[in-house]
Amino acid sequence: MLLSPESDELMAGSGKAHLQGGENVVLDVQDLVVEYKTAGNQYVKAVSGLSLDLIKGETLAVVGESGCGKSTLAKALMQIVRSKSGSVKFRGESLTDASKEELRQLRPKMQMIFQDPVSSLDPRFTVTQIIQEPLEIWSRGTAEEQDAKINELLNSVGLDPALVRDRHSYEFSGGQCQRISIARSLALGPEILICDEPVSALDVSVQAQILNLLQDMKDQYGLTLVFISHDLAVVKAVSTRVMVMYLGKICEIANSDDLYAKPRHHYTSALISSIPVPDPTATLHTQILQGEPPSPTDPPSGCRFRTRCPAATELCATEEPQLRELSAGQFVACHHPRD
Amino acid sequence: MSNFLKVKNLDVKFSTARGLLHAVKDVSFELNSGESLGIVGESGSGKTVLSRATMGLLTMSTAKKSGSVKLEDVELTELTREELRSKWGTEMAIIFQDPMTALNPVRRIGAQISEGPRVRMGLSKAEAKKHAIELLTLVQIPEPEKAMKKFPSQLSGGMRQRVMIAIALACSPKILFADEPTTALDVTVQAQILSLLTSLRKKLNMAMVLVTHDLGVVAGHTDKIAVMYAGEIVEFAKTEDLFRNVRMPYTEALINSIPRITTKSGTRLPVIDGRLPDPTIPLVGCGFAPRCKYATDKCRTEHPDLVDAGNGHMYRCFFPLKVMN
Repeated sequence: MLLSPESDELMAGSGKAHLQGGENVVLDVQDLVVEYKTAGNQYVKAVSGLSLDLIKGETLAVVGESGCGKSTLAKALMQIVRSKSGSVKFRGESLTDASKEELRQLRPKMQMIFQDPVSSLDPRFTVTQIIQEPLEIWSRGTAEEQDAKINELLNSVGLDPALVRDRHSYEFSGGQCQRISIARSLALGPEILICDEPVSALDVSVQAQILNLLQDMKDQYGLTLVFISHDLAVVKAVSTRVMVMYLGKICEIANSDDLYAKPRHHYTSALISSIPVPDPTATLHTQILQGEPPSPTDPPSGCRFRTRCPAATELCATEEPQLRELSAGQFVACHHPRD
Repeated sequence: MSNFLKVKNLDVKFSTARGLLHAVKDVSFELNSGESLGIVGESGSGKTVLSRATMGLLTMSTAKKSGSVKLEDVELTELTREELRSKWGTEMAIIFQDPMTALNPVRRIGAQISEGPRVRMGLSKAEAKKHAIELLTLVQIPEPEKAMKKFPSQLSGGMRQRVMIAIALACSPKILFADEPTTALDVTVQAQILSLLTSLRKKLNMAMVLVTHDLGVVAGHTDKIAVMYAGEIVEFAKTEDLFRNVRMPYTEALINSIPRITTKSGTRLPVIDGRLPDPTIPLVGCGFAPRCKYATDKCRTEHPDLVDAGNGHMYRCFFPLKVMN
């Protein structure tokens, strides 16, 4: 089925009840639509009319399964992929209307780190060159100042400059490479750091180190973080607010502790129960989510999660649920929320 | 029943540019038929090399192997390559972490599943096709007839891993090695694949070795767990016993580093500082001592043996943690 983009936008969106507004909004996203063209000349809406505001100093976790649009959202926030419609504003300045050069000028303020730390570092560069590159491109300081900045950044991320500066990325473990890419991303003093699955490729023992480091960096450099992950357990400690996404739309968005204490959306609760528990006596996966998300080329009518939802009714097939506030700060798009 | 798989003093070294790398050090364990064993450790702990060496898959000239591996009283290390090959698929099978690179991208799913049964079981083309469809049904792939004609790139990661499992089970192996089978998958799909593996294992009375870095993954899906560190088994116990009565500080640290949903937002997570020792340098003392908060001078100078606390719970530590009850 080929959806005409215009008519779909006029259809129920996911609502904007959760937008907070105010002076502290660093990133304001309204009705964002990102579309990809597929081989069959169809359009896939990876992000489908999503609104969001990012508040200064928070860590917003974006959680969902593969294909839910979370990485596309991350890229669209920086306009690395251009959106089809809707707007993204960074401190009132529109990114969606900005020219390529205007966007480039804004990039130092918004940086990104990626899932695979090894392939995101140039193997022919030394650590010094990796971190110096952004400083040189933007002519930040003299050679001595740049040198001091590199040492400062490496120390901050827990690497000894004397030992690592002349080495190459392949000489480091995955965790150390992620530290290097964090140092690089902080070189230009960004306000927003977007982390796209930064620990999924790492061992459990190293994950915790990187999560702690990101929290430290946030405090030290006054960052606002967007943290993309498929695993609700991983984001628990670092996030202040969590947004659960499904097929390009928001299911639930709430303050971190509230969301985990009382998930109201059936999808959130299913995600929580899929987390492996290090306790052999625990009742296993009481609620295994069956199947996989349907194809985003032809999303289900009404509520997109209804085909896998235990509580789905006819209403869910005909009417798309809007985000509504079920308790203070907890917004859920569901006709039949959990108690 | 017992002595289904007996690994004794298995030792693997690789010659590398930096010198001899001691990947697996004198490892012994036993597994009964139908039982499942979790091998847990960080990257570089030797868990993958141990499972490959057990299957006899380390054939490169740089690998130096010693020790014994007996599967139902047949000494695998003494078999010729051809004899060993006849055991793969029919007695021992393996699935890997990355189902995309493990599958052939230019052959259809059906052909890849049928290959083993045709060669090993001598099935005709039609029989093999029928068998493949049954296998796809067994691993719960929707519309198996349609899936037969697909290429791996047309399937999701979870579906590809199901196909890998179907290929591994095609010739009814007695033991399945699963090397980080869910690490590349989403949590929701991970839960599906783990419960599928467990139900298949019980249904087919197949033994399983589940290799992973995540203790959370093995907790509900194994009978026994071996924790590996720097090429050695440092703790070995029945799964429930391991979690209830952790003796080895390393295991405790691994358990504590698992992210949990009960952690308060904004708190620091417990970490294991430092990293594994360089495997090209022979160990003096306990390999974990430099990272261990309980380590003493003795730990740094003497190498602890694997001792049995009774009831088969073994640990490699001079100062084991106290048992709770």
